[in-house]
Amino acid sequence: MSLINTGIDTAISIAERRSGKLGSALSAGRPQAVFLRNVYALKSSNWLVVLSGFVEPVFYLLAFGYGLGTLIGNIALPDGTLVPYAAYIAPALLATSAMNGAIYDSTWNVFFKMHFGKIYQAMLSTSLGPLDVAMGEIGWALARGFVYALGFMAVVTPMGLIPSWWGLLAIPAAVLIAFGFASIGMGVTSYLKNFHQMDWVNFVMLPMFLFSGTFYSLSVYPDWLRICIESLPLYQAIAMIRGFTLGVIDGALVGHILYFVVMIVLGLTFTTRRLRSLFLK
Amino acid sequence: MSEIKEEIMIRAKGLRKTYGDFVAVDGIDFEVKKGESFGLLGPNGAGKSTTMRMIASTSLRSGGELEILGKDPNHFGPEIRAHLGVVPQQDNLDRELKVWENLMTYGRFFGLKGKWLKAKVDELLEFAQLEEKRNTKTDELSGGMKRRLTIARGLVNEPEIFMLDEPTTGLDPQARHILWDRLFRLKELGVTLVITTHYMDEAEQLCDRLVVMDKGKIMAEGSPAALIKQYSSKEVLEVRFGSENNKSASEKLKGVGDRLEVLPDRILVYSEDGEKALEQITKMGLHPITSLVRRSSLEDVFLRLTGRTLVD
Repeated sequence: MSLINTGIDTAISIAERRSGKLGSALSAGRPQAVFLRNVYALKSSNWLVVLSGFVEPVFYLLAFGYGLGTLIGNIALPDGTLVPYAAYIAPALLATSAMNGAIYDSTWNVFFKMHFGKIYQAMLSTSLGPLDVAMGEIGWALARGFVYALGFMAVVTPMGLIPSWWGLLAIPAAVLIAFGFASIGMGVTSYLKNFHQMDWVNFVMLPMFLFSGTFYSLSVYPDWLRICIESLPLYQAIAMIRGFTLGVIDGALVGHILYFVVMIVLGLTFTTRRLRSLFLK
Repeated sequence: MSEIKEEIMIRAKGLRKTYGDFVAVDGIDFEVKKGESFGLLGPNGAGKSTTMRMIASTSLRSGGELEILGKDPNHFGPEIRAHLGVVPQQDNLDRELKVWENLMTYGRFFGLKGKWLKAKVDELLEFAQLEEKRNTKTDELSGGMKRRLTIARGLVNEPEIFMLDEPTTGLDPQARHILWDRLFRLKELGVTLVITTHYMDEAEQLCDRLVVMDKGKIMAEGSPAALIKQYSSKEVLEVRFGSENNKSASEKLKGVGDRLEVLPDRILVYSEDGEKALEQITKMGLHPITSLVRRSSLEDVFLRLTGRTLVD
């Protein structure tokens, strides 16, 4: 074993190059190392579990869009255009799967790594900082969301469920949505102490999925309830993606996008603070 | 050790750590020099692991001063950690990864890359005697193998300070001796070691200098030999008169040796010459059921300083 490196890049020289730079106490500027760890873990993980994230929205689409959809027929958009029921719910299912994927990654996976695997403890005894860990994990959730969105689009486009070319933008939109949920989810997970509390996450997610305009228009609600639902992130997500896939491009889309930009900024600030106080206690 | 430069690697002054009302570390001072093997001893809850975490820059101190390689860990955490190798009390290997992947990803966390890292991983697998297990998932390794892998992992960045928190707890004697051998080799290479342990024989084997901690404070400091000299006698005579008679016998033994300690099952006579003390006792007409003369050990010092009551 030689202690004197012949190469230039030792752990110390790498760390010293970052010294004094902005945020160097919180981050080594290396979230990709955390991401890479997940790539290694994926190779040896259960592919069925990974696949389930892709299959789930497709099953919903088949059951509700085509099964139930035959009883419902076409849906009239606000401008009067008629679209098949399957085309109406497909974007909502994409938005929901982006949310579920991000929440699953940032709650269950993060919870396990935090408390049982002690993965973060190991990461933070290296020159990584808490911000590297947060960004690496969120980046991973995004990559997963991106692949799922791509897969879903690859299935539904040939079915004719994406009538507009604007629909291509549904893929980056799904990533934006995943980013929003993942950045908040990780911070929330840091408060959870046991699996029992994890059930509360599902308790919030499921009604949000059922009642956020996924399967029907919000016009069925009284005004006060409609406004409540509209302020929830999943409604914003569904409205954004539905706007793209059905080609209804208007000012409301800008609002939906801004909603998620704000959610990401707040989520990241919150999560990094939490991780710092959790790991540097 | 005279050829080693007197470079200070770790300096703590009035170092404190509190969790709410609980004081885990209560104002301790110590220095660790380059190339030294430094031990932190103490019963459970003495504050050893907390001190280790503060040095490892993964726990912010509540008060006092702490410098690692001249830098404050509150502001230079990631940078300081690049110089450190850490072996935590409980193995926290990545169970989702194979043996070599554990070393590889850990190296990446430090920003190490490519060929250099690959060669390093091979070298460490050899060092840890795990070449044949490189493609095994860490869950399937034995306790000793896991420990060796954790140690190998801590060396991937070629640390200048290597910190081990109870490195051999739970290992069988063979595995312990292999580990000790590995640590000796590191020490020969000039790596500064910081070790906590419950095992006094381990501390005597591995540490040049140590501090005994209790309830967050440092009770004593010195080399194992110096501590034995200061806090114990050269030899210890252990005599048993049967549990009912020990107490009455001890009354008569006053004045024998430097110091007496009466335990429920036996009496310890601390003396410069154990055989002589035993002779003295027999001359007094006392006949212990069993007697044993042994060299004084660090364990005697430890028990004297931290007491015999059980700490949970």
